[in-house]
This record gives sequence, C-alpha cells and structure tokens, in this order.
Amino acid sequence: MTEKTALRHRLAERGVDRQLLLLLPALLAVLILFVYPFAYGMGLSFQGGLGAYRTFFEDAYQRDTIWTTLQLALPAAFLNVAASVPIAYRMRGRFRGKRLLTTLLVVPITLGTVLTAEGLLNFLGPTGWFNRVLLDAGLVDAPLRLTNNYWGVFFSLVITGFPFAFLLILSYLSGIDPTLERAAATLGAGWWPRFHRITLPLLAPGLATTFCLTFVLAFSVFPSAILVGDPAGTTRVISIAAYHAAYEAYDYSLASAIAVVMGVVELAVVAAVLGVRSLFYTGSTGGKG
Amino acid sequence: MKRRLVATPGAWLVWGAVGFFFVMLAGVIGSVLVSSFGRRWFDTWLPESWTDQWYGQAWTEFTLPAVLVVTIEVSMLVVLISVLVGVPASYVLARRKFPGRRLLYLLFLLPILMPPITYGIPLATVLYKYGFAGNMSGVVLANLVPSIPFVILTMTPFIEQVDPAIERAARMCGARTWQVFARILAPLLVPGILAASILVLVRTVGMFELTFLTAGPDSQTLVVALYYTMSAAGIRAQQSVDAMAVIYTSMMLVLLVVALRFVNPTQLVARVKEDVD
Repeated sequence: MTEKTALRHRLAERGVDRQLLLLLPALLAVLILFVYPFAYGMGLSFQGGLGAYRTFFEDAYQRDTIWTTLQLALPAAFLNVAASVPIAYRMRGRFRGKRLLTTLLVVPITLGTVLTAEGLLNFLGPTGWFNRVLLDAGLVDAPLRLTNNYWGVFFSLVITGFPFAFLLILSYLSGIDPTLERAAATLGAGWWPRFHRITLPLLAPGLATTFCLTFVLAFSVFPSAILVGDPAGTTRVISIAAYHAAYEAYDYSLASAIAVVMGVVELAVVAAVLGVRSLFYTGSTGGKG
Repeated sequence: MKRRLVATPGAWLVWGAVGFFFVMLAGVIGSVLVSSFGRRWFDTWLPESWTDQWYGQAWTEFTLPAVLVVTIEVSMLVVLISVLVGVPASYVLARRKFPGRRLLYLLFLLPILMPPITYGIPLATVLYKYGFAGNMSGVVLANLVPSIPFVILTMTPFIEQVDPAIERAARMCGARTWQVFARILAPLLVPGILAASILVLVRTVGMFELTFLTAGPDSQTLVVALYYTMSAAGIRAQQSVDAMAVIYTSMMLVLLVVALRFVNPTQLVARVKEDVD
C-alpha cells in the first residue's frame, strides 16, 4: 500500500496523475483511426518484400507521378505565399473595409472542388469569357488552352490556396508588434530596411508554416486534377495513381506503397523547408502578445 | 500618420494583383451562376434564354434533400464527437507538463499534416475489413481523423489564455475536476468551442477525399455526390451540375458567414494587436 502511494507521489511529481486520463479518448481515437491503419498500410505495402515499391519505381508511368505532383504543388504553394506577403504587408494596419476584404477572400474556400472546376472550365475554356476578352482585344489569335491541362489544375490550386495562405500570413503579420517597426522608422530606417531587417526575420517562422500548409494542400490535389486537368497525362498526380491502384486495379499492396511514398515525399519537403528556416532567425517573434 | 492620396507604384502593383484575383474569381463564380440559369449556352457571351428548371431538377432528380440530410447528420456527429474528445485533451495539453507532451503534440499534428489520401486508403481498407465503411459510421469515423486534432490545435492556445487562478480558486472552494469543467471552464470556453466547431463543420462539409473513400451509395455527402454527377459526364446536363454546385456554395457561404461572426480569420494564429493610430 505504502509502496503504491510512494509510486503515485513520485509520478505526480513528474506531472503524471489521473487527470492525464482526459487525454485518453483523443489518444485512442488517433491510435485506432490513424496510427493503426497507417501501420496496417505499411504492412500491406511490404507484403511481397519490396515488390510493391519496385513495381512503383520501375514503372516510369507510376514513378513520374511524384515529379508531376511536385511540379504542380511547389510552384503553386510558392506563388500563393509570395503573392500573399506584399499584399498582407500592405493590409496589416487598420483600414476601412478590411473586414469586408477578408470576408471576400474567404469566399473561395466555400467554392468546393466542383464549382471551382466547373467555373474554370466555363470561364477559361475555349469559348469562355476570358478567351473572348483576349480575342476581342486582339491580344491572341486563337483561344488559349487553359483547361484540361496543367494550367487548369494550377489555377484551381491558386484559387483555393491563395486565400488560405493570405489569411495565415496576415494573421502572422498582425501578430508582430508594430512598435518595433516604428522604432526603426524613428531611427531613420527606410521602407526596405524596415521590411527585410525587422519584419521579414520575425515573419520567417510564419512563412515557413504557411508554405508547408499550402504545400500540403496542393500536394494532396486529387479531384481537381481529374476534373480540370488531364488525369491520364500531364496532371496524373500521385493521389490519382494511389486511387487507381486501390479502387481500379484492386492492388492494395501497391496502393499502400504509393500512399507511403506520397507521405515520405511530402514530409521530406516539409522537413527541408523547416530545415532551411532554422538557418535563419530563431527565437521569440513577438506574437501572441 | 497622414495617408498620401497618390499611391506609390508598389501600392498600384499590390492592389492590381488583388483586383486581378477578384476579377478572375468573379469570372469563375459568375460563369457557373450564369450557366446554371441558362437554357443553352454555347458560342455566345450569354445564354440564349433563361430558366430555373435546373434547380427544380436538382431538387427532385438528384435527391438533393436526402443528400443534404446525410451531409448535415455526418457533419453534426463529427463536430459533436470531436469537440467531446478534443476539448478535454487540449485542456491537459494546455495546463500540464508531463513526460512525452511534445511527442503527443506531434502525434496530434500528423493527421493534419498528411495528405488525406495517404491515410485515407489504408483507413478505408481497415474500415471495410470491420464492416464500417460503405455506411455513415465509416464516413463519420474517417472524418474524425483530421477533426479531433484540429479541435485540439485550435483549443489548446485558447485554453492557455484562460487564467488558471480561476480554476485554483474553484478548487479551493472544493470543486472536483468535473465540476471545474462543467461550472467554470465550459462557460469560459464557449466562444472557443463555437469557433472550433464551426471550423470543423466547414471542413467536414468540404472534405472530399475521406468521404469519397469511405462512403457508400446512401452515405454520400454533398461534395462527393456532386463529384459523381460531374465525373459521370453525359448523363446529366452541365447546367444541372452547375445548379447543384451553386446550391453547395450557397450553403457553405451561409456557414462561413455565420463562422465569421464568431471567428476573426486574422486571429486564428495570433492575437492581433490592432494598430492604435
């Protein structure tokens, strides 16, 4: 009895007691619904030794999906973040209509894949308004081909990803204490030194996080690659390959292997971004004030 | 600070980019909206004549009411369960230091960081094995995977900013843990819980991959049903798909406008210090 109490005291000293049981439901849910299936999928993918992986990497049609996906996701994520920074920088203060503008920017999140796809097909298609304007203005001789190829998917990634990146960056920027920049201005720093010596380093962690989240969003592109892309050719992204293996070829081993490869590639990019980020300023960003 | 009336070239560029984005956005939404009201629309600026038949058709033929009911049921269940499971966990993560805390946090972060397809396919396989997939329970279970961590990640910072002295005072007065939860914390956490639930609701209604992988014919949510109608081309007029997409978007828009009443989108990551000049 005393030994039991002693153990309990020792554990409580390190912060372990009955209150931690509150964590249990969430932990169980994640273990049962995420970790177990993941491990199960891992097991499936190694069922025939490395056979499934070999099938994937030896077949150029399958292997190239990694490159196809990265080619879509990296530029899209980069554009979304790079365009958000100057816009958010200009809007970080208080001005009339800010609430309206942020609300308008949330609208694309409500569109959903199908409306975005339909809209892009209608609007950017050969007889759509965009090409009509270009033709009537004499800018092009023949309608531009912007749908059912790389660009269709790219635009859908920008439409869904940009507002997301923008809102995140705006909130990171608003979290930076504005007095820091005012102090620099008092000391005679111009616009550019203020931005790249003060704001940018403080923004770096937020930039890295935003880039990662936008990249994750773009990397898992699936329905729009089918609907506005060219799912058999230039936009056959890795999720399509995984889906086909699982639900059309019924090769669960290969499908799980593709899913694992997909996860590894994605985590590698995220780790690389966070690694590069850690080379720069680390420490308090003055946020969470 | 006085604002100059003449904008700098940088400002022009920035506002130009924003304007361009909105013009494109308006084009995308507008063309779907116009098409959904048009009788036929081929090689012209606008459709030849207007009609609202596509909406009526969507309502009756597409069994929209049934799909809407499924969508609402699934998302309500997901919100309820993920709040019930997630909030206690975020309380512990916010208040306590214990060995393995960082590791646990990482574990809760992973489902949000991974593309849904990567765990969706093995999850669907497991759910089919135990007979959960193909009906609503499978859809709910699959949608819980990103939703519970999402509640935890949004609620933990929220709980951190509630003064722990209030809880200590309650404990001094003899309240037990569940009493502290029900009488002290719950009322204080209502705004945070509302915000988290609405965000989870929006995510679940919009979640395509996981629902697509686990849904059966009578457990499809609106996104998945829409996807099937659009990809089964030729069976249905394009305008009809457009009408359904418009219905979906209006529903999401209502949800988000409600959400924005509770959450300021710019305050999701950090408390904003509003400028005082």
